[in-house]
Amino acid sequence: MATPRTPNTRKPDAQMNGAAIILKALQDQGVEVVFGYPGGAVLPIYDEIFKSNRIRHILVRHEQAAVHAAEGYARSTGKVGCVLVTSGPGATNAVTGLTDALMDSIPIVCLTGQVPTHLIGNDAFQEADTTGITRPCTKHNYLVKDVTRLADTIHEAVYVAKTGRPGPVVVDLPKDILFAEGPYYAPNGNAHPSYKPQVKGDESAIERAVDLLAKAKRPIFYGGGGLINAGPKASKLYAELVRLTQAPTTLTLMGLGAYPSQDRQFLGMLGMHGTYEANLAMYNCDVMMNIGARFDDRVTGRISDFSPNSTKVHVDVDPSSINKNVVVDLPIIGDAATILEQMLKVWKAKGYKANAKPLEKWWAQIETWRERKCLAFTEDTSVIKPQHAIKRLYELTRDRDTYITTEVGQHQMWAAQYFGFEEPNRWMTSGGLGTMGYGLPAAMGVQIAHPEATVIDVAGEASYLMNIQELSTLAQYRLPVKSFIVNNQWMGMVRQWQELNHGGRYSESYSESLPDFIKVAEAFGGVGLRAETVDQLDDVIMEMLETDRFVLADIMVKKDENCFPMIPSGAAHYEMLLGPDDKAELETSENGMVLV
Amino acid sequence: MNAATEIAEATHTLAVLVDDEPGVLARVIGLFSGRGYNIESLTVSSVDTAAHLSRITIVTTGTPQIIAQIKAQLGRLVPVHSVHDLTLEGPHLERELALIKIRNVGEHRIEALRIADMFRARAIDSTLESFVFELTGSPSKISAFVELMSALGAIEVSRTGVVAIARGSNLDMPVFSTLEVNRKKAKQPAGKKAQKKA
Repeated sequence: MATPRTPNTRKPDAQMNGAAIILKALQDQGVEVVFGYPGGAVLPIYDEIFKSNRIRHILVRHEQAAVHAAEGYARSTGKVGCVLVTSGPGATNAVTGLTDALMDSIPIVCLTGQVPTHLIGNDAFQEADTTGITRPCTKHNYLVKDVTRLADTIHEAVYVAKTGRPGPVVVDLPKDILFAEGPYYAPNGNAHPSYKPQVKGDESAIERAVDLLAKAKRPIFYGGGGLINAGPKASKLYAELVRLTQAPTTLTLMGLGAYPSQDRQFLGMLGMHGTYEANLAMYNCDVMMNIGARFDDRVTGRISDFSPNSTKVHVDVDPSSINKNVVVDLPIIGDAATILEQMLKVWKAKGYKANAKPLEKWWAQIETWRERKCLAFTEDTSVIKPQHAIKRLYELTRDRDTYITTEVGQHQMWAAQYFGFEEPNRWMTSGGLGTMGYGLPAAMGVQIAHPEATVIDVAGEASYLMNIQELSTLAQYRLPVKSFIVNNQWMGMVRQWQELNHGGRYSESYSESLPDFIKVAEAFGGVGLRAETVDQLDDVIMEMLETDRFVLADIMVKKDENCFPMIPSGAAHYEMLLGPDDKAELETSENGMVLV
Repeated sequence: MNAATEIAEATHTLAVLVDDEPGVLARVIGLFSGRGYNIESLTVSSVDTAAHLSRITIVTTGTPQIIAQIKAQLGRLVPVHSVHDLTLEGPHLERELALIKIRNVGEHRIEALRIADMFRARAIDSTLESFVFELTGSPSKISAFVELMSALGAIEVSRTGVVAIARGSNLDMPVFSTLEVNRKKAKQPAGKKAQKKA
């Protein structure tokens, strides 16, 4: 039922100008860092930042990077990432970052400048219809036209960004509003008339889900980014439930870290470049417990052959994720942590025990799939295999406080496959949108949040060039981010698809005219390293880790290595290619060709 | 079972109560175009100025899975208060208003008046060679009238699209009229009210 928005009868805490209201509101919402870039329309806010010293501002070199940095900050801390950009080009440059945050459900509040209210619609200098442009790429957006609504709008923006299914929220701020004197209201519990995300799961549905789990003969847990978004507690509860039920678990790209990678019950990532055992277990299971994942097309493969004989339970905080791609038998709407807690309670109250006999059989079956060692690759004695490079990076950083970000492409998949994560919030990658250029600015944001940690951007040389200007930001703030460039001189994933689907016609996918990354690093004030042979690799990694400045490690790898295992586009889980030798059998169907 | 494409599409009428704020209609329309859903008709108007609420009536087609998806996506928009599928929730009424201008002379002019009378359409404007008829009714009734008129002269048509409401005494989507807000205010003790004002 509708409840009207109650008129604001609260007594304002103080009178101040719009710019000061914004900073005060952000501060009261716990925002400590803002990533931004100044410009005409937001000068009053920058003036206030200069005068008040309330909030730490990190000056990026491109607005897209500001959003990615805020994403890295948000995803590694669980807090809301905050961005401040100017009107027009400032806002349009932020659009890719906003879309990325929407696809991966990252809580971002992006403040955009706007021309003064009386000029809106006049094609004024640096004017863009920011709320119009960002409507489809934000969870919600606001145009503030009245300074008395400003404080509450900022409070509401933060609340909408971080609750329910998190996402980016834009607040568009005309310049006259920033100058206007107005009332500051402290946060008031964020009661919202129409936005009320469900947190607790339906009791009877949870009981049915637990009954299904207890009776399952071939269960599997399929966890996603929702586990990470629900906070570290969700991952703990998830692990507890998985262990109690003794069922296998797989995780999506966005979910990596929600369950310890070294645990026997973990089958690795699933999906297009997931493991053989994870995908076959998904295909053959009888009960699928999806917690916080969204049946993405990278995960399901051909929908008509996706786990055809299982009863599917889907836990998601967003009702629109239910039955969107895959029809499920038992949907449960709510927060992953809360629902896992409810499920554990029911499991314990009913005195359920893991279903030993059938599970033994199920695990025996899984072990035969595992024995295929789908991630095995032939080592080379001189040329560095990209898989080997990631594996060594993992092994040499295991006892460190490490955070990994990636760009997008083959190196990203290899990092997901060969780098193990034992806890959540350690893995930052652009999953849904697949944004090349995400990794370096994201790493910047992570390093701001964790100044003492080892933050590594596992990059491809092509992606890296997309936001390379941020090296200047690393230099300015002395952020010792390590860039581990898996350099095969190709847009590797594009090249791989051209090899597999387009007759080896490598149209425009060669990384022509690459810069000398060592000189690039030095030009920006960092350290450049290069490994060209296997025996140089460990030394370069160790030197990179021990350098207290930012480092570009240019790892020259085998140029034509493909990323396996792979489910070809439009194929089913059981149609995996395990390696280059499987290539002969491959024939991407016509239906598959048109898919991305 | 994923044979969604083989399942028949059906027409549904959705009633959506939203905050009456700038951009809310663009959000709803953008959702439909962005996700490739059909809009057969869409009407919107403020229904409660005191509580700033608008009601949108959308007629759309899709498989049951798509219709469920549309409702979930609408429900996810921040300014949306509630979404009701009138087609699923029981008997409901659908009406449309149309203004039809016809230009003709002689016998056709008389026949147009005769048919208008049968359809209970009112002539609300007239010249010696034209009428404007006002007609309310179900969309099919209006379509039938338009078809007949087009045989009798050159016509121009303006239709509102469907507005709909459930039958029966239930208020599924009540609004807070100005009256009610005033009544609530009146119930508060005078002293408290005075305090608030101070």
